Amino acid sequence: MSPTIFLTLAIIAVVSAMFVVFAKNPVHSVLSLIVTFFSIAGLYLLMNAQFLFVVQIIVYAGAIMVLFLFVLMLLNLSADTEPQKSNRFRVIASASAGLLSLVFSAGMVIDATMGDRNVTNIQEIGLVKHLGKVLFTDYLVPFEISSILFLAGMVGAVLLGKRTPKESKS
Amino acid sequence: MTEVTAEHYIILATTLFVIGVAGVLIRRNAIVVLMCVELMLNAVNLLMVAFSSHHKDSAGQIFVFFIMVVAAAEVAVGLAILVMVYRNTRSTDVSLLDQLKN
Repeated sequence: MSPTIFLTLAIIAVVSAMFVVFAKNPVHSVLSLIVTFFSIAGLYLLMNAQFLFVVQIIVYAGAIMVLFLFVLMLLNLSADTEPQKSNRFRVIASASAGLLSLVFSAGMVIDATMGDRNVTNIQEIGLVKHLGKVLFTDYLVPFEISSILFLAGMVGAVLLGKRTPKESKS
Repeated sequence: MTEVTAEHYIILATTLFVIGVAGVLIRRNAIVVLMCVELMLNAVNLLMVAFSSHHKDSAGQIFVFFIMVVAAAEVAVGLAILVMVYRNTRSTDVSLLDQLKN
């Protein structure tokens, strides 16, 4: 049962990721990226990481993609006005991406000592109850620091988005 | 394929990451470049969760949570910078952003 689900979700993820790169219209890119995020969320559920499944849908498919869509519509880029890179550059870029995938595949020569490779067995570690306990004991300091990061990000975004006084006068 | 193993997740995450890299290199629209960066982050997240399940250790999933936190902050600041760039140059073409060279 689970290999079928895995294969379906993997194919959906890869195809929609390709569509993100090759779609001419940026709005289509955003929409297919949402499909990719949902299929990755499905894979989290397959690995019994329920907390991350929910966070993936709320944070990525919800908040981040809405932000992208907002900016896209704010800048009115939905019309295809994007100048394309030259063909020579595209060939070089694809070749370097292919070389990178070669490096990665060389790096993942299958390790016989990995033992039980099954990643979909029923286990408790992905549940909110367990992750919450770990997050608020072992990882409490990083958790608090990330709130400072959010504050800094918020202040930075407001500061960058604000018009300078010189600009508004003219 | 009788059961899903860690290798399948490694292959899938590698594919998604390489697609993201290709997108960053090929596209010129800065928003699409940012989306491809998000795709790469997601590929890494997927691999982290797979290994966290494989080793039965929750540290990987906590790290994925922190990566999501950093990604959210990064997108907010990145898009604010992008809006500012658009206001000055009337374009989101990354090849126009070589002003520091002159």
